[in-house]
Amino acid sequence: MTQPSETLGVLSAPHVLEYPYRRSVGPVLSRFFTGLRERRIVGVRTRAGRVLCPPAEADSETGAAVSDEFVEVGPGGVIESWTWVARPRPKQPLARPFAYALIRLDGADTAMLHAVDAGDPARLRTGARVRPRWRAETVGAIDDIECFELEDAR
Amino acid sequence: MSEAAPPVKTIKTPMRLEFQYTAGVATSRFLRGIAQGKILGQRCPSCGKVYVPPRGSCPRCAVATEQEVECSDKGTVVTFAIVRVPSESLDVPLPFACVHVLLDGADVPFFSVVQECPLEQVRIGMRVQAVWVPKEELAPTLQSIKWFRPIDEPDVPFEKLQEHL
Repeated sequence: MTQPSETLGVLSAPHVLEYPYRRSVGPVLSRFFTGLRERRIVGVRTRAGRVLCPPAEADSETGAAVSDEFVEVGPGGVIESWTWVARPRPKQPLARPFAYALIRLDGADTAMLHAVDAGDPARLRTGARVRPRWRAETVGAIDDIECFELEDAR
Repeated sequence: MSEAAPPVKTIKTPMRLEFQYTAGVATSRFLRGIAQGKILGQRCPSCGKVYVPPRGSCPRCAVATEQEVECSDKGTVVTFAIVRVPSESLDVPLPFACVHVLLDGADVPFFSVVQECPLEQVRIGMRVQAVWVPKEELAPTLQSIKWFRPIDEPDVPFEKLQEHL
C-alpha cells in the first residue's frame, strides 16, 4: 500500500475514436456511384414519374419500389437552400469557408446535399445556378465531385 | 475510366472523433504508476472495495476514494470473448481473447487481452499475469501492459468470483 508523497498533476492526451466503415450501397446507389466514377450524375425514376437524385430504392411519398429506369441529370442545378460554414473542420469537403447546400439538379425532382465553393456568403442565394467541379481522378464516391461552384462565378 | 471497370458496390464511410482526453487526478496517478510498472487502485472508505483503474470515487457509496492501494499484476479471468474481426487499433494477431481480469487485491475487473495461450484453454477462473513492455519502454499508458498470459496456478472457483463480475 502506498500513499502519494506529492500532489500529482493531471495527465491529458489526444484521443481519437475512429470507425473505418465500408458499407454496401445496394443496387440503386451502385448506379449512382458508378456514374460518378464516369463523371455522370444518375437519378432514378419513381413509378409516379418523379426523378430522385441521389436515387433511392423506394419513393418516400408512396413507399413503392422505384422503377428500373435510371436517368442522367444535371450536371448543373439550382440551390434550394444553403448554410454557411465559416470555420471548416478537418475532413469537411473544403478547407476554406464554404456552403452546404441542397442542390436540385436539372431533370431531378429532389435535391442532393453537397458543398458549394462560393468564397463569400453574400454571393449565395436560393435559386442560384451551380455546376459540379470534378476531381482529376474519380473513384466512385460522393467526393468525386469536389464541390459545386456558382455558374456566374466568372 | 475504363469500360471494363466493375460497378461500385461499396463506399467508405469513416467516422472520426478527435478528443483531448483529460484523465483526472485519480486516473493520472494510476497512469503514472503504470509508467513505473505498478498497478495502483483506490479503496472506498465506506464499503472497502478497491477500484482499478481508480476514478476518484466509489459509484456505490458516492464518496471520494483517496486511499491508494497497489494491486498485483496477477489475477483471475472473470469473463472473456473471442475476437475474430480485425481492428486497425488493436495490434494483436487474430483470433485473440479479450478478458476481464480480477487483479489480486482489486474488487472490479480490469480489461485486457490474453496471449501465449491456445484460445480453447481460455476459461473463467484461469490465473493470468500481466506481460509488460521492456522497462525502458514503460510509459503512462495502458499500452505498457502488452497482454496477460496464463500462469501455473490452480483455477479459482466461480463462487469466489461471482461478486466481481
